[in-house]
Amino acid sequence: MANRTPTLREDIPRGNVFQRFYASFESPGRRRALHALIVALLIVTPWISSQYVTVILTNALLYVVLCLGLNVVVGYAGLLDLGYAAFFAVGAYTVGILTQQFGINFWAAIPFALLAAAIAGVIIGGPTLRLRSDYLAIVTLGFGEIVRFTARNLEITGGASGLSHIPEPSLFGWQIDSSIDFYYVFALLAVLAYIASQRLFDSRLGRAWLYVRHDEDAAEAMGINRVATKLAAYVIGAIFGAIGGIFFSVNLGAISPESFSFQQSVLILLAVVLGGMGKIPGVILGAFIVVLGPELLRDFDTLRLLIFAVLLLLIMLFRPSGIWPEKRS
Amino acid sequence: MTWYDSFLQQLVDGLVLGSFYALVALGYTMVFGVIKLLNFAHGDLYMTGAFAGFGGLSLVSGFLGAGWLGIFVAMLLAMLAVGCLGVVIERVAYHPMLAAPRLSILITALAVSLVLQNAALSLTGGQYTAFRTDLGFGGFNLGNLFLSYNQIVLVATAAVLMIALELFVSRTLYGRAMRAVSIDKDMCRMMGINVSAVIAVTFFIGSGLAAAAGTMAGAYYGSIWYFMGFLIGLKAFTAAVIGGIGSITGAMLGGLILGLLESFGTHIPFIGSEWKDVFTFSILILVLVFKPTGLLGKSEVERM
Repeated sequence: MANRTPTLREDIPRGNVFQRFYASFESPGRRRALHALIVALLIVTPWISSQYVTVILTNALLYVVLCLGLNVVVGYAGLLDLGYAAFFAVGAYTVGILTQQFGINFWAAIPFALLAAAIAGVIIGGPTLRLRSDYLAIVTLGFGEIVRFTARNLEITGGASGLSHIPEPSLFGWQIDSSIDFYYVFALLAVLAYIASQRLFDSRLGRAWLYVRHDEDAAEAMGINRVATKLAAYVIGAIFGAIGGIFFSVNLGAISPESFSFQQSVLILLAVVLGGMGKIPGVILGAFIVVLGPELLRDFDTLRLLIFAVLLLLIMLFRPSGIWPEKRS
Repeated sequence: MTWYDSFLQQLVDGLVLGSFYALVALGYTMVFGVIKLLNFAHGDLYMTGAFAGFGGLSLVSGFLGAGWLGIFVAMLLAMLAVGCLGVVIERVAYHPMLAAPRLSILITALAVSLVLQNAALSLTGGQYTAFRTDLGFGGFNLGNLFLSYNQIVLVATAAVLMIALELFVSRTLYGRAMRAVSIDKDMCRMMGINVSAVIAVTFFIGSGLAAAAGTMAGAYYGSIWYFMGFLIGLKAFTAAVIGGIGSITGAMLGGLILGLLESFGTHIPFIGSEWKDVFTFSILILVLVFKPTGLLGKSEVERM
């Protein structure tokens, strides 16, 4: 699998027009050129677009991080997680509480937030990963709601109104506060998340996920520890989510329990399914669709959510592997 | 009021709440029994049922009034309409997916739930709709305990529906077919059972019961909105799991147990009403982790 490139040229003429279009990006040279082009676009965009567009794009890049994280859980390991926003919340609240209430430096708070998310991943995953997949889905949903209700009921999390005045971070004297600064922070995070996802996909663990997803019993017979493998997916997904949450909290400066509702989890899942579970470019595309779509459909107001829901249903019925499906499965 | 009276009051509240949970849990458990699908849209069928009951009541209140008779007829209309909706959902969304990986059908179910929810959201604009009835707040006192007529009628209706279902499943031909399909679909096909028809009937009944619960909840609490099905869907699922998913008696039992647990749980020190939902979900997780077959469920070899 590591050097799958030579045969791909021959694959190109096969398949329908979409498959041929996607396959045309798969040669290493074109890939590198495409990566360079995307990085250049990411750097240049804020200088040529309005502040409104920059803010929307920042949000889209946040979703790229979150969706790539959920993709590890749903796409790679095949576990349906309906409470992914919980990890997002754990990251955001840990940093919010530590910096705003205890005055700890933002950068010093990050390791704690990541640790908290990893622990949350183990707590949620540990006892539940032996369950059948639909039970797992509902348990993760339950955990997501527990986290939200807890944030709403505790005093340290600011109750229903949440935390505000979370200080903006600075790095070597550079105060990260303008929308363009945050745009670059999230662009960097998205690129890192992309690289990490790609490396995970190609790793030994990535192949273990593939086996577990396809046939758990056979995987176990081949010596894969299925619980440990799934738990790894959970913890890695949790850390991606927490990273998104950490920077989300300092970007907005205020967080409230409603930012981490079930709808948030569904939106992230929608992006992953829409783009193509397990396929990195597909998931990124899905993240952009989910964020930019509502902006484009603004005039439809409440109807836009209905349009999204119908879209999800149609995708599941007619193209269950998403817009840009993963070939390896 | 002594602790004893307060205990009785909690018992009554718990029974009312438990009746709703039990009716909704039945749909979960029946659908799960025949096609092994966790129907995420079920809570939203309850919500749709509440709106259908609201529509039905405004249709019939002209000549039947908005009292118990009118509500009863509206409830039947809602059960019919939502039952048909359930069958349509099964045909359009779930039937083509039965052979697909489980992850796909779960996401499809989630999508159906979102479609119903957001359709209701667009139609109502996200506002609460007042469910106006002519039901009074009458009742009588038993010692220090106050029982309203509404509570009695509600619990009695739920009981009648559940007894009817139990008789249907245990005594009729279709009920027997339903039990057979839940055990082995392929064998049923070979024995000449029309499996598709049985699945359709199951969806009809399950959705109809959710609609009955929805209408009654609307009439009892006095307002309905598009998101009312989410939490009760989750809780009814908890009830179905407590009772043992796939078991009809278990769903009834689980619903009542959960209703009582919630009603009493909010009075335990440190839990309080704001922690009520956390309490319920914790029960769900604990039951799933330690006794996934529930109280009356049969253990089975699981494959993901």
